[in-house]
Amino acid sequence: MKNATKILARTCLIGALTLLMALSAIAADKVLMMATTTSTDNTGLLDYLAPHFTKATGIELKWTSVGTGKALKLGENCDVDVLLVHAPPTEKKYVEKGFGVDRREIMYNDFVIIGVADDPAGIRGKTVVDALDAIRTKNAVFASRGDNSGTNKKEISLWKAAGGDVPEKEAWYVQTGQGMLATINIAAERKGYTMTDRGTYIKYADTLKGNPPLKVLVEGDKILLNQYSVMAVNPKRCTSAKYDLATAFSDWLAGAQAQGLIRDFKLLGKPLFVPNAK
Amino acid sequence: MDFILAGFVEAIRLLFGGDGQTWSAVAATLKASTGSMATSLVLGIPLGFVLGYFDFPAKRQARLLVDTALALPTVFIGLVVYAFISNRGPLGEMGLLFTLPGIAIGQTILALPIVIALSATAVESMDRHLRTLLISLGAGRRQLLLSSLWEVRYGLLAAGLAAYGRVMTEVGISMMVGGNIKWHTRTITTAIALETGKGMFATGIALGLVLIGIAFAVNVCLSFLRKK
Repeated sequence: MKNATKILARTCLIGALTLLMALSAIAADKVLMMATTTSTDNTGLLDYLAPHFTKATGIELKWTSVGTGKALKLGENCDVDVLLVHAPPTEKKYVEKGFGVDRREIMYNDFVIIGVADDPAGIRGKTVVDALDAIRTKNAVFASRGDNSGTNKKEISLWKAAGGDVPEKEAWYVQTGQGMLATINIAAERKGYTMTDRGTYIKYADTLKGNPPLKVLVEGDKILLNQYSVMAVNPKRCTSAKYDLATAFSDWLAGAQAQGLIRDFKLLGKPLFVPNAK
Repeated sequence: MDFILAGFVEAIRLLFGGDGQTWSAVAATLKASTGSMATSLVLGIPLGFVLGYFDFPAKRQARLLVDTALALPTVFIGLVVYAFISNRGPLGEMGLLFTLPGIAIGQTILALPIVIALSATAVESMDRHLRTLLISLGAGRRQLLLSSLWEVRYGLLAAGLAAYGRVMTEVGISMMVGGNIKWHTRTITTAIALETGKGMFATGIALGLVLIGIAFAVNVCLSFLRKK
């Protein structure tokens, strides 16, 4: 019995020491931590922009790419310094609640509804409202992100615009809970439809050497606009947030160099994002 | 199907073509798993020994607790660790979120019950007469402990390997705590999750093969310690 406690105590001491040694992490000072959406990362835009940013400002940009819902939560918990997201109504509420500051529009692209080429619900060329209505009526398979991301929020708002309840348990409505490209792949496997931002779609088409099984069927409707904005985490709430670095990033993104880089970012000869910082 | 074959080719290219991102993920995986394995072995073997060797009150309950902890889901561990080391959490000041040590903490929680449970089992199954024999040969308490540990070394090795396999292959903790940050906390498993999410199946398979390759190398090194 005495033995047991003695060994226990010693063990805990040694364990704590080992852990401490393993924890001697190096903390660089000019590192900006960003939470962003899967679309900016999956398309390769950030890989393309980050080195230019570091060169221009000497700040290293680190990012974690998650759905907009989780990205906003990470900001709320003061775990990141800056956010690059795309859910304008939610972002505005976020700023009102005092979680984010200095929201600034950076670029946009648009959402498109894609589906198999033979288009079983016959939505090609229709308006968004009519297309979703047709999918619902025909019970055609529709893959949804179902993850509270910016794209998911947009999709839900479109279902609301199309009238009736937002689908939830219907057999044809597949909520993947995964990123955009994974969701597109699921839609393709199920020979169904999905809604995606155009940037991710072009990336998807590029991966499949320009001949993807899912084609753009509905596009150009005004309500399909997809606005990306940058926002600093509120330094008054989060004292550890690097507000100065976040501002430097925001200024750089809105500046002529980054806006030009975004304009020149192309896959398959098509631009993925349109810069629109004011 | 062809992406499986493409994956094999890609794996060779990634490993031997000096692909920086792959090697960075390999390094991140090794660093995090070494940290967590060292901690969980140092803590777990003595605790497992105590649990298997001594009789103390609430021993059965302790054993039950450890065995239940074997079923901890990695995403859940990730979430709990995140809650503690988030800037709004009690340990936020330490700046562990999105770092390899942060991942190592989560992985330690994952590996510890395995090490404890399996080493306790190894000790329990040890020949009970050994103790009597050693005492009759005039062994001191310290010698008694050391020779008992030596006697169960193969069982301890198996415990370590089982824990190592789990730590190397988990993705939930690394994703939630590490954030899958390129060049920093992107481990092989989170890279596989990312590549799969991006539809780059061949790269995902290649990275999976890289991971299996590392596991194989580790097992080869440790095979010399095994019973002949």
